[in-house]
Amino acid sequence: MSEATFLLPDVGEGLVEAEIVAWKVAVGDVVTLNQPLVDIETAKATVELPSPYAGTVTALHGAVGDVMAVGAPLVVIETDVDAPPAATSSAPAPAADAPTSVGAGRTPVLVGYGVAEDDGAVTRRRRRPSEAPVAPVPVASDPSRSPRSTPPVRLYAKQHGVDLATVRGTGRDGVITRDDVERALAGPASAPTNRPAAASEPSTTRFVGREIESWSTGPLEERIPVRGVLRSMADAMVQSAFGAPHAAVWVRVDATGTVELLEGLRDRPALAGVRLSPLTIVALAVCDAARHFPGLNSSFDASAQEVVVRRRVNLGIAANTARGLIVPNIKGADTLDLRGMAVALNGLVDTARAGTTTPEAMLHTTLAITNVGPFAVDGAMPILPPGTGAIIAVGQVARRPWVVGDDVVARHTVDLSMSFDHRQIDGALASAAIAHVGRFLTDPAASIIGG
Amino acid sequence: MIGDELIQLLTPEGERIPHPEYGSDLGRDEILGFYRDMVIVRRLCNESTSLQRQGQLALWAPLQGQEAAQIGAGRALAPMDFTFPSYREHGVAWTRGVPPKDMLRIFRATTTGGWDPQRYRHSLPMVVLGDQTLHAVGYAMGIQRDGAQEAVMTFFGDGASSQGDVLESFVWAASFNAPVVFVLQNNQWAISEPTSLQTKIPLYHRAHGFGFPGVRVDGNDVLAMYEVAKRALDNARSGGGPTLIEAYTYRMGAHTTSDDPTRYRVDAEVEVWRHRDPIERVKALLAREFGIHKVTFDEVAAEAEALALQLREDVLAMDAPDPTTMFDHVYAEPHPLVEAGRREMIDSQSGGGH
Repeated sequence: MSEATFLLPDVGEGLVEAEIVAWKVAVGDVVTLNQPLVDIETAKATVELPSPYAGTVTALHGAVGDVMAVGAPLVVIETDVDAPPAATSSAPAPAADAPTSVGAGRTPVLVGYGVAEDDGAVTRRRRRPSEAPVAPVPVASDPSRSPRSTPPVRLYAKQHGVDLATVRGTGRDGVITRDDVERALAGPASAPTNRPAAASEPSTTRFVGREIESWSTGPLEERIPVRGVLRSMADAMVQSAFGAPHAAVWVRVDATGTVELLEGLRDRPALAGVRLSPLTIVALAVCDAARHFPGLNSSFDASAQEVVVRRRVNLGIAANTARGLIVPNIKGADTLDLRGMAVALNGLVDTARAGTTTPEAMLHTTLAITNVGPFAVDGAMPILPPGTGAIIAVGQVARRPWVVGDDVVARHTVDLSMSFDHRQIDGALASAAIAHVGRFLTDPAASIIGG
Repeated sequence: MIGDELIQLLTPEGERIPHPEYGSDLGRDEILGFYRDMVIVRRLCNESTSLQRQGQLALWAPLQGQEAAQIGAGRALAPMDFTFPSYREHGVAWTRGVPPKDMLRIFRATTTGGWDPQRYRHSLPMVVLGDQTLHAVGYAMGIQRDGAQEAVMTFFGDGASSQGDVLESFVWAASFNAPVVFVLQNNQWAISEPTSLQTKIPLYHRAHGFGFPGVRVDGNDVLAMYEVAKRALDNARSGGGPTLIEAYTYRMGAHTTSDDPTRYRVDAEVEVWRHRDPIERVKALLAREFGIHKVTFDEVAAEAEALALQLREDVLAMDAPDPTTMFDHVYAEPHPLVEAGRREMIDSQSGGGH
């Protein structure tokens, strides 16, 4: 029996880090050679890493969303037999001997072969023999000797002069989190001794899909590379904002009927386990509007000088995920009934939250919704996802004064706004379409039956 | 998408279909041999992808989906014919007898070569797109001048077909009637660029413009690939000049391990090609026509598995060479500039840094 550590490899010719997207195994799992262990996302691709060993998983380094440095320990596996001769770091550190040979002894040079050691890309070509990236070997054999954490947190600790050996880890499997380091920084008096990781509390320092330094601890100016989801979002927004002339219409409607319908449906056995929300009804309403006004579900193909009208709705839903904004879509949303739409929305949201949305799920959106209500705002003027003709923003549903007959009464109202591509959609069509969505929300039962 | 001109002898369901010009009279053993070749190279390819994902190879260019194009063409070669591949022709290298571990040396970055091209009559992988076609035509012109009864086969892709080198090689091959067979594996994607954006006509039509025949073959049909390649090689050896074979196929995986095909193509397309798998159709033919049983298929799979484990062991045992050996084979004879580079590297290492 021996322990072998799988170091995060460079899967794409010169990458320095990768983000953990999903673990496929847990501590204690028995794995076979080449069994998928984890999905990682690099600047180039999302890839699955197969296990280099057969054995039992004894440690996973890093949580979903963590950005790991290439060459850092990723998975520790207790192998059934002695680790294969060239096991990634199970051989006793051979780093110091055989000075004329890069990756001396039996330590492969390739794990993290593209990583600069200290001061930038120049050293890639000049890795000194004794510094082949064997990585922190002691971690593999004796976790207690080196505190377990993730590279960003190590960096954070180093920048603030915190010795991780003195910090108690409260993360998964005792991993030291940023919060732990921050508590250590704040001093022992304010450090709760047994507080669980505050993962569920909304973070105020989440920005562009990552945690940034707080106002007091961060540098005066910080530069963040534009890549991954952030780059996709930036590219899409620029392409759309400067490619499609946007115009907008908006309307406030009485959505009390929608709220009451949802309450009435909540305990129906047929809908058991299905999460319903005003968004479900809005999604049905938008699809219904597309059926009535097919021009709404169109796009402007500038290169072909053609307007493309689609009689199938791939309904994009803007989703705020830990990795940033993405817009996956529900293919053929116009064919779904209330239950089908709710199930599809649940699935889309769960997948996006888990970070497992596939690129294909984000292709060919024809019409989109952005639900800003949960952020407690009344409305927004959204930018069109590329390829769509219209996007509807849904504000918060709230009780507001409303005139019914000659009386002012409290009603559940909601603001709907719609940005549209003014090259092919004019104000009249946009207004008629948003009014249609509004009527649907006011009397959803009649619309569902009638539609 | 595939016109009438596609030469096919075996349907995706494994049924033979007649063709007016080509037929196959291969027997059980030859076809089973093709099957074995394809299963083995696919398994070795998958192991290589895993090794790359485990940090043991710098890069890998998977061939999955193109086994029939490579095995059919490779097995049509005579021993003394010479081949000039690009970087994805692991199946051709297998037919030439190159040991799998030697194919992986360059991908592990432990060598700039991997094998002796003369020994296997198989040149080293060319990474510069399309260059090998010029080398192939030059070699073929040499054969002509030697009066040897040999032919040359060179492999490239639909992406390389847009390169000037390839078109120049067509000109030279045509002008000198060189004994060369161009095998263009049209796998539909030049990394992320679809073939439809690169050409307005079927690629094999291009040969006619240069003055030699071009044919399009179902590249996932190993029998058709073998027969068409064999005739083209015979033609070249007997003074008939060059032929362009467009093997119409599909790259099931990534261009290399450095890209992510799900970002530029849709699953539905991959699914269509999955039903045209080159191995499954041969398996169906072998079972139906020759009564080959599961036990034989299992034996082939077991052999492939053993070879994959052996390959893994061989790769893990490859140590990094002394970096200064990279200067050894730049020129055949000593060269002062190369020597200066070698000395500089030695100095920088002993100096402990930069």
